[in-house]
Amino acid sequence: MTTTAGTTTATAAPAAAGISPAARAQRRRKVAMAILGWGVALIIFFPIFWMILTGFKTEADAIADPSLIFSPTLESYTEVQSRADYSKFAWNSVVVSFGSTLLALLIAIPSAYSMAFLPTRRTRGTLLWMLSTKMLPSVGVLVPIYLLFRDFGLLDTRTGLTIVYTLMNLPIVVWMLYTFFKDLPRDILEAGRMDGAGTLQEIWYLLLPLTLPGIASTGLLSVILSWNEAFWSLNLTTSQAAPLTAYIASFSSPEGLFWAKLSAASTMAIAPILIFGWLTQKQMVRGLTFGAVK
Amino acid sequence: MPHLSHPGSTARVCPALRKPLALLVGAAALTAGAAQAETITVATVNNNDMVIMQSLTEEFEQAHPDITLDWVVLEENVLRQRMTTDIATQGGQFDVMTIGSYEVPIWAERGWLQPLEDLPAEYQEGDLLKPVRDGLSHDGVLHALPFYAESSMLYYRTDLFEGAGIEMPEQPTWEQVRDWAETLHDPDSDVAGICLRGKPGWGENMAFVSTLVNTFGGRWFDMDWNPEINSEAWQNAISFYVDLMNNYGPAGATSNGFNENLALFSRGNCAMWVDATSAAGKLFNPDESTVADRLGFAPAPVAETPKGSHWLWAWSLAIPASSDAPDAARTFITWATSQDYVNLVGETKGWTSVPPGTRQSTYDNENYQQAAPFAGFVVDAINAADPLDSSLEPNPYVGVQFVGIPEFQAIGTQVGQMVASALSGETSVDQALSAAQRATERTMQRAGYLD
Repeated sequence: MTTTAGTTTATAAPAAAGISPAARAQRRRKVAMAILGWGVALIIFFPIFWMILTGFKTEADAIADPSLIFSPTLESYTEVQSRADYSKFAWNSVVVSFGSTLLALLIAIPSAYSMAFLPTRRTRGTLLWMLSTKMLPSVGVLVPIYLLFRDFGLLDTRTGLTIVYTLMNLPIVVWMLYTFFKDLPRDILEAGRMDGAGTLQEIWYLLLPLTLPGIASTGLLSVILSWNEAFWSLNLTTSQAAPLTAYIASFSSPEGLFWAKLSAASTMAIAPILIFGWLTQKQMVRGLTFGAVK
Repeated sequence: MPHLSHPGSTARVCPALRKPLALLVGAAALTAGAAQAETITVATVNNNDMVIMQSLTEEFEQAHPDITLDWVVLEENVLRQRMTTDIATQGGQFDVMTIGSYEVPIWAERGWLQPLEDLPAEYQEGDLLKPVRDGLSHDGVLHALPFYAESSMLYYRTDLFEGAGIEMPEQPTWEQVRDWAETLHDPDSDVAGICLRGKPGWGENMAFVSTLVNTFGGRWFDMDWNPEINSEAWQNAISFYVDLMNNYGPAGATSNGFNENLALFSRGNCAMWVDATSAAGKLFNPDESTVADRLGFAPAPVAETPKGSHWLWAWSLAIPASSDAPDAARTFITWATSQDYVNLVGETKGWTSVPPGTRQSTYDNENYQQAAPFAGFVVDAINAADPLDSSLEPNPYVGVQFVGIPEFQAIGTQVGQMVASALSGETSVDQALSAAQRATERTMQRAGYLD
């Protein structure tokens, strides 16, 4: 919009005078919804905001009565940096999150394709069974997986953690892709087949380009889930493959004050994924509403 | 697509780059030589003394160039679970583990820890405080070396006591503590008469509650392992605790563990506090505490008996049987728990920062005595704690504030939740203790202690 403030005021006044009650009610509803939306967003963001703020406090200020007025300091960041190699943990997080997402997509795209376009009697059951594995508490399979990892030499390796994250996210990735693929008209693929395209060409030249927003948002969600995962990373890594979740955990203390340092470490740990999420939010939203607009 | 390189391009090296490349190759060779040093993985918690140990890594590696240290620092409960999984499955992920007095005898009995026999003469094993050494031994052999140890004691505000004309006796009683709490409780000035642990957990509220029950004449189990949680002594102790905290404690006491109470006391919000002796250094440090110049110490209060009125806990360093570098690990733990290490910390980090409670020589050291006026209370409390005789009536277990059996973690946490529910007023003391008794009986039956 290129209107100046003056022209907006000039045109807005007669428009407001002639506004119908229905339009006014709709406008009021819009304003109310906007306030509600902002309110919910603020509530969701408040813990993150408070964590960022606490990272800039001294340990004494961090445990004092909550206040927005304090002298900001970088001492917690300095302390946190001096005690652990952030870059090593961050690199492990990047490798494992993106590696597991790529692997999950590689497995899930053909699976979701077959389930969406070549369904059998048992497809629905298979999909539900895949999802049901997400309902199993992780700790229930900790010891068997730990023993397998020990025997295969995968403990404290990025390869091991990548495999676990891939398996952990696979049901969600398959489900999401299945939903996106199902929304694609079959006629398009059939037209391709009529023109002589094989299955791989069909996937590569038709399915993937047409469902790219959905694939992108699935991938982004998988990256975020892997980045934030704590149970397996704390249990299967020690020092070499430990990601940022282990980095955060190292600043909690049973004896002594630690909230400012923990907040500083947490802020540093979420910063990359927060920026990544912010940069890709358009694709995320577009992908997640992909089915709704069709 | 344009070709970015072609075969053989890497073989041709520009003359100007030859010298730096040669240097790089040389550096790589040196690095490879250094990489031959044995790396040991040390699992530990984020307590101040451990952070200091971690910060002295360079000193250790300089003195032992053939050993490199790799640290894994985790939250206490996460670390405990992580180490238990690893050691039970012989995962071999750790060479040194930081474990407490509770785990050492249990893990040693299962053969999970390397016995530490034939320690070098310069280690001065005889210098270790006897109760601490006994607590870390199995069949008379040390299975872990103490890094720092603690007991419990009473902290109080000397200014408030003087203002109210109260004189602290050599050995306070719980009845006196209640009277003083009543006098000093001043919610308008944001000062609670007393702060005590209320957060549920076997290592949180139950550490304190167990000592209270002990001194009120109670015990966890009789000699046949029958739980006694609904006994008169338990009733008296928990009723006393609930009344004391509800009348003169801070608001929301069920959320308060060691850290929360430390924060409250150091901000001047408590007139008294009974907790770990390891808090003394922090409360005495003016950078961390606003009451450093008004801080008094006294032994933990007693009621029916002094037995078990204060706890004994030692954080120690042990070598799991699955370690593939036991010799290097042994070199490290003997260094980190030696008198030389205590001196190194005192000289580089200050004498109030030395790991307390493990060696008599620390308490004989004039520098430490001058810097830490609480030292005498701590060593007396540790020497007076007897994990083998912690209750008025005889009991079958080892431990003052815990019961040295594997089932205790679950029992202690469950009973801790019930005590917390009585403290918050959700249930009565009677109901809480009856439920705790039933739950403990079930656990002991399932574990095979009872028919």
